[in-house]
Amino acid sequence: MDALLTNFFNLEVFRQVLPFLLQGLLTTIGLSALVIPLGLVGGLGVALLATQTSRRWVRFLVAVYVDTFRALPPIVLLIFIYFGFPFLGIDLPKLLAVALGFLLNNAAYYGEIFRAGFLSVPSGQMEAARSTGLTRAQALIHVVIPQAVHNVLPDLLGNSIEVVKLTTIASVVALPELLRIARDAQALVYNPSPIVLAALLYLALLWPLVRWLSRLEHKNLMAR
Amino acid sequence: MDGPPMDGFGRLADTFFNAEVAARYWPDILAGVWITIGLGIAVSIAGLAFGVALAILRAMQRPWLALPIIAFADIMRALPPLVIIIVFFFAFPLIGISMSAFMSTWLALTLVLAAYAEESVWGGILSLPRGQSEAARSTGLTWGQTMSAVVLPQAFRVALPPLTNRVIAVSKNVALGSVVALSEVLNNAQSATSTAGNPTPLTMAAAAYLAIFIPAMLFARRLETRMQWRV
Amino acid sequence: MTAPPILELAMLELVGLRKAYGSLEVLRGIDLRVHPGEMVCVVGPSGSGKSSMLRCCNRLEESTGGQVVVDGVDITKPGVDINTVRQRIGMVFQQFNLYPHLTALGNVTLALRKVQNKPGPEAEKLGLAALERVGLADKAHAHPAQLSGGQQQRVAIARAIVLEPKLMLFDEPTSALDPETVGEVLKVMRELRESGMTMLVVTHEMGFARAAADRVIFMDAGAIVEEGPPAEVFGAPKHDRTRAFLARYTGGH
Repeated sequence: MDALLTNFFNLEVFRQVLPFLLQGLLTTIGLSALVIPLGLVGGLGVALLATQTSRRWVRFLVAVYVDTFRALPPIVLLIFIYFGFPFLGIDLPKLLAVALGFLLNNAAYYGEIFRAGFLSVPSGQMEAARSTGLTRAQALIHVVIPQAVHNVLPDLLGNSIEVVKLTTIASVVALPELLRIARDAQALVYNPSPIVLAALLYLALLWPLVRWLSRLEHKNLMAR
Repeated sequence: MDGPPMDGFGRLADTFFNAEVAARYWPDILAGVWITIGLGIAVSIAGLAFGVALAILRAMQRPWLALPIIAFADIMRALPPLVIIIVFFFAFPLIGISMSAFMSTWLALTLVLAAYAEESVWGGILSLPRGQSEAARSTGLTWGQTMSAVVLPQAFRVALPPLTNRVIAVSKNVALGSVVALSEVLNNAQSATSTAGNPTPLTMAAAAYLAIFIPAMLFARRLETRMQWRV
Repeated sequence: MTAPPILELAMLELVGLRKAYGSLEVLRGIDLRVHPGEMVCVVGPSGSGKSSMLRCCNRLEESTGGQVVVDGVDITKPGVDINTVRQRIGMVFQQFNLYPHLTALGNVTLALRKVQNKPGPEAEKLGLAALERVGLADKAHAHPAQLSGGQQQRVAIARAIVLEPKLMLFDEPTSALDPETVGEVLKVMRELRESGMTMLVVTHEMGFARAAADRVIFMDAGAIVEEGPPAEVFGAPKHDRTRAFLARYTGGH
């Protein structure tokens, strides 16, 4: 019990490292606020390409892209970009490497979600909008996309939670987000309490969202 | 592409697709592939089994059982898997529980998968009309028989698409083991890259992960379509 | 006051209209004139090409031959701005196709605001007036899910007439309705016709076609089999196929 308290919940260590960890938490939130919108926009583009074109080769390429980046672990992608590109003489700044890796990965995941959303909107909606003179783009923006997004909101929330958790892999390229700061602090004080504290901070950030998601999902399932 | 000056494409090929480097480090990558596949399968089996067991316990509708299960599922879904792996590997030894990199990664991912599996199966159970279990009980089936013969088969059908997606997503996280020096594909490729001074092993690692998980995804998709047809 | 009918310019004129999916011909050369202020009802068995013909009139479906002339303009010609044309051709669908995320008023004013770029207050004023015409001004702020089928279809009609079209197309507007709400939609359509609207209506409501239409078209297998005043087509059909169809229809009721 004593070992647990001194090593996991060492209040003295907590007090010492909390300001740094809060800084890391801010970076985690900021990083999420960068990569989630990027992924959403990329995913919307992917879904538009997958559903709004009749060109077979475009659909095929999109399917290959989506399957590839859903099969590739994001940490493999990130390390490939960050440690592989310099061999070509291209030195990507950390943040850019992380943003690029997340964009490639997230656009595939969000893309699949938006695609399901588009498929859930009856074709009559587009026809009705076009029959009143809206252009295809106007009909998408004002009629189809709002409904598509509404229909997949729980999935978008779920994936966004996954993205926030995924920002921990930025620690392997030494981006000073929460996990990275906690690991550095652990090495410094030679006590794992900072990692436990980081875990608690992740819980504080994400538990409410997870709970909210559960309720949304169960509500949808019971409404069937 | 010999002879100066090398063009852009030749340079790209020589850097990322260097045959000589590939041949030299191929055994390392392959050894990592077996670890990745083995660990992925071990996580899938244990995580699914544990998760389904939790869902069944939750269906017994006893608050003292349900509340800890909900808390467990929430925590495991809220914590980043990499954080859990690191806690197991770096922190647990200090309270006398030492785990290998393999064990830490396996346990962490198993718990994560169990949490998601529990939620999916429980969602499937919730989606069934109450009349299903009432009808079964009215014909004299016990609670256990009702669960195994009537409720779970239908719940699995609802839960299958999220479950297969999740099994693949969690198995992919085996690559996170590289952070605790688990000798799976990515870790071996990184070491090879630094000794060789050439990133071809990283290309091989990416290719290896695709070779493992694209067939898994296609298999999952087939499974889903087949189950849908039988509804 | 008006020119003699023979010289009058048709509001809608179909000339040899053809539509095929690969080798499957759904329209085999349709010739039809609809005059200003006229209401023409199109009846016929399902799969006869009625809906395809209607949907070619605003190019929701592209024809594969012939011409569609609306108010003197061949809209199948390349270079025609179809979105401008469509504001002059209202369409009402079998499944209403109201936008579920917008209120009744939002549905009615969307094209005013986004296509005609009318400022919000003006669009609302026009939208409310259109809802008033279909008797639903009090439901302006209701969402489609809160309305009955008949009310939804009346909102859909308001969404079309608010753009002040010269021609209205109805694609089985009452087929998806509960029997008790069919009447309110037909009443709105009658009032529209009395206000001088030119209307082309695909319908299964034989009673309505007989009572309200100026002319009835019977279509079968992608062609017009018979046309004439309702009393003639319903009372003394000339063709066997028309007789068989009407017998089945009236017999079935």
